[in-house]
Amino acid sequence: MVVQCADVWREVSNFLDGEVDPGMRTAMEEHFRGCRQCTTVLDGTRNVIQLYGDERMLEVPLGYSQRLHRRLEAGMPRRRGNAFGWMIAFGFATLMLLSFEVGNVTGWGRSDLRSDMARSGIHIPADLSVVAVSDGKVFHLPGCKFIHDKDKLQTMTAGQALQQGYAPCVRCLKKYLSEGKIPGQNVTQSARLEQEDPE
Amino acid sequence: MGMPETTLSLEEPGGTVNEESLIRRIREGEHELFYELIRPYERRVYAAALAILRNEADAEDAAQEAMLKAFKHIRQFRFESRFSTWLIQIAVNEARMRRRKQQAVVMEPMVDQRDEEGQYTPRDFADWREIPSEALERAEVRQNLAKALNSLGQKYREVFILRDMQQLSIEDTAKALGISVPSVKTRLLRARLMLRDLLAPGLGGSWSKALSFAKGNKPW
Repeated sequence: MVVQCADVWREVSNFLDGEVDPGMRTAMEEHFRGCRQCTTVLDGTRNVIQLYGDERMLEVPLGYSQRLHRRLEAGMPRRRGNAFGWMIAFGFATLMLLSFEVGNVTGWGRSDLRSDMARSGIHIPADLSVVAVSDGKVFHLPGCKFIHDKDKLQTMTAGQALQQGYAPCVRCLKKYLSEGKIPGQNVTQSARLEQEDPE
Repeated sequence: MGMPETTLSLEEPGGTVNEESLIRRIREGEHELFYELIRPYERRVYAAALAILRNEADAEDAAQEAMLKAFKHIRQFRFESRFSTWLIQIAVNEARMRRRKQQAVVMEPMVDQRDEEGQYTPRDFADWREIPSEALERAEVRQNLAKALNSLGQKYREVFILRDMQQLSIEDTAKALGISVPSVKTRLLRARLMLRDLLAPGLGGSWSKALSFAKGNKPW
């Protein structure tokens, strides 16, 4: 079999992928020995495959994996536990109830978070001194312009605030939130929630 | 010299048996195992979305959504294809759906409509045998490669990225994109030759010369 340059150009990609039949392969190899232009095309095409196949060419944005896991976590339904899980859950519930009864901690009896934003403040130093309105949803740096009910303020640490289900203020605590930025909907959605329902 | 298909499943995690048992356990409620299941494919899913959307933020959002859809529909996975193929199919569909929405607003050039039949003739015969080993260390080279890739028509980019950058087999590329195997081969040939034409003069002939890909100055 004799092949022309045009045949080689049509098959060069298949040749590199091992997708040509043995007869064609032999004919092409024969052709490459005598044709400098086609050898150039072959070498260059192989170089393209090697360069783009390099891991460094496929960079994912910094923090992609963490943001992906957070989005999945938010989208996954609460796990339906087995019998053992239910026992643990029951045990916890009892403990919680007892601690509320015994300690009479606050007037606030809900065990869930006050705001959807409450989990996203994970980069805030736990010992940072913050203020929160006792019946609000958000905690702030002292002096933040977005504190609404200034006469009901309580001072606590950021760790305590998060524990109690308060969410960080998206304005005064912005620098701590940017690191955990979730692209697209999540951030704008939460930010919107915050705007509509600031306290 | 050839690039055999056998090298293409490097990223398969511990074989399909392990994957199958992971999937069954996830279906039975061990949701946290889903992270383990998708870990080897996180990059691929992002890259598949990026191939179509061409924008990092959009691609990331589409990748997240695709993963979530895969989780929610994990019961629909039939074990007939590889999980990775199924996952990338979801990502491709998600990205295409978003792209259609974007296109409703911004009209794209008609380049993609061109038929890929007909002979493609290489334009440049600059000698390009050796790739300097340090080439990819240079951000400038990586940028130029990315720019060249971006200048390809959509259907060539998709095939090239899945096949040559994500190392999918020709069959899996066809499945993920919903096109035939001969189409994959034809588009792949075009994409590779066009990229070679774009890059050979800079990377091969006069290596020290800065590459330039002026807009609208495509050599084909």
